[in-house]
Amino acid sequence: MNGAAILERLRARLGASVVETHDQHGDHTAVIERTALPAALGLCRDDSDLGFDVLMDLTAVDYQKYPGREDGPRFEVVYHLYSLRWNHRVRIKARVDEDDAVVPTAVPLWPIADWLEREVWDMFGVRFEGHPDLRRLLMYEEFVGHPLRKDYPINRRQPLIGPQI
Amino acid sequence: MAETTRREIMLGEGSGTGTGQNLTVGLGPAHPAMHGIIRIVAELDGEIIREADVEIGYLHRAFEKDCEVGGWNNAIPYTDRLNYVSPLINNFAYANAVEKLLGIDVTERCKYIRTIMSEISRVCDHLTCIGASAMELGAFTVFLYMIKAREFLWELVEDVTGARLTISYGRVGGVRADLPEGFEAKVRAAFKQTREVLDEVHRLLTGNRIFMDRMVGVGALSREDTIAYAITGPLLRAVGVGYDVRRASPHWAYDRVEFEIPTQKDGDNYSRYLVRMAEMEQSMRIAEQALAAIPGGPINVDFEGRPIDPAAYVDQGKQGKTEGLLLVPITLSPNLEGQNRKALERVTAHDKRVVLPPKETAYGSIEGLMNHFMLIMEGYGIRPPQGEAYFASEGANGELGFYVVSDGGDRPYRVRCRPPCLPPMAALHRMIKDEMIADLVPTFGSVNMIGGELDR
Repeated sequence: MNGAAILERLRARLGASVVETHDQHGDHTAVIERTALPAALGLCRDDSDLGFDVLMDLTAVDYQKYPGREDGPRFEVVYHLYSLRWNHRVRIKARVDEDDAVVPTAVPLWPIADWLEREVWDMFGVRFEGHPDLRRLLMYEEFVGHPLRKDYPINRRQPLIGPQI
Repeated sequence: MAETTRREIMLGEGSGTGTGQNLTVGLGPAHPAMHGIIRIVAELDGEIIREADVEIGYLHRAFEKDCEVGGWNNAIPYTDRLNYVSPLINNFAYANAVEKLLGIDVTERCKYIRTIMSEISRVCDHLTCIGASAMELGAFTVFLYMIKAREFLWELVEDVTGARLTISYGRVGGVRADLPEGFEAKVRAAFKQTREVLDEVHRLLTGNRIFMDRMVGVGALSREDTIAYAITGPLLRAVGVGYDVRRASPHWAYDRVEFEIPTQKDGDNYSRYLVRMAEMEQSMRIAEQALAAIPGGPINVDFEGRPIDPAAYVDQGKQGKTEGLLLVPITLSPNLEGQNRKALERVTAHDKRVVLPPKETAYGSIEGLMNHFMLIMEGYGIRPPQGEAYFASEGANGELGFYVVSDGGDRPYRVRCRPPCLPPMAALHRMIKDEMIADLVPTFGSVNMIGGELDR
């Protein structure tokens, strides 16, 4: 399947939960309603024509300071899927608001989502509902805030932790 | 009084009789057998690991956050420090992601240079990985041999980039400078020596009883698990899946060279070792073919007139003696070698919005000077249109992806690196489960964790 056919298939199966599609620079992208995310990812993995068996990457983008999108949903959770069998790719995105930054987990579909979702929680503060163990991945437990958010200043210092000498 | 068991002598009082509770041991963060800083909390039943929890993040340096602060090209030095054993691949992959966003294409010669330098880096990476793993199993000779071979290759890298590790050679729109003179001959000589080393190592390790006892069947991961954990690169090829970004979505010059994708079936440490050994030969094959086919040829300075030094160049420009000035080659200081106009035209995209002008133009004409300023000044610089792009290249450990988002400004809005060694580390607890604690060492070595890209 080429990218356009993949997006067509997603639209046909998921109907109105596909909010938007585009193919910037040859990367075919579908923006999905957050609630339909498990169904969409499950379809991508299990549909034999789609066959996306690898969750290549999972990350998020904070659009708080993006020109023209300051008022829209703040975060976008981005899934990059790849199919070993068909050698094609697709990007799935879901938009979430700041005050309700929760996305259904993808751990039942791909175990790698465990660490990747922990990293997104760590860096952006987006929660993954149903994740078995949502701890910080890169930062330490005592760290306050989520450093990749646009309103986290790059030069903020946090107190040293560790055994007191 | 109960007799002190041998277990209690070894593990301390209260450790039970061998049927009691398991012992929790923290390995690391700093441990001699760890390639980077990482902590493994292992639950041991005697010498067998029953459960393990891997903690990472000790080398987190805010790579992605730092990228958002400077210009698009300012991220290049940070990418050096992702996989610091093969930094060239990171440079080129990042630069190519931004080029995808800009919609520009680099020159043919640049594509070949990226191919050649990436393959040299891949050999360096595999040499380090196998050498270090072998050393941890007692084969110190192999380590020294392989580091010797890596030294030959790093000399090549030094020749081209001026540095050995933190090379910063990639640029959005091309590479920093052209290849030096006589590079091809040096590469062939270095590869000849590297092949000799690999041959020696094959004879020392591949059939070695001790080595095989420690590697065969150890640290295995099934094909299904490997795919579900999104593991790519040598570890995926060691379970029989011939996925390689160079073949699956050919970029640069990979569609114009012949190479094989070595695979194995078992997915254990020994298979990974064999895959890496075979890959080094293929990488050298690719680099040799690319060197033979590289367009542009050697640098010929066929201008009229002698080269002049930059200060005189600027003076002449200021005095208005600009007629024919731009045709005069410039004598560049050694650290700018390979950046004269002829060389730069061959290796960088011809796009004023992205690529710095050659020094002749910048020193000799007002247009060139303005072009230079516009790219360097804050608030100007490279400004990709709003949008997003994902570009994947084959790093030494698997798919190295960069996802870049631009808001139309001169700084990246978001740079995400998909680190190739994070998925195998996420699956490490599966590989070491129910195996001896001593087997952790070769397994950890075969995963080839690179702290720089794992923690970013």
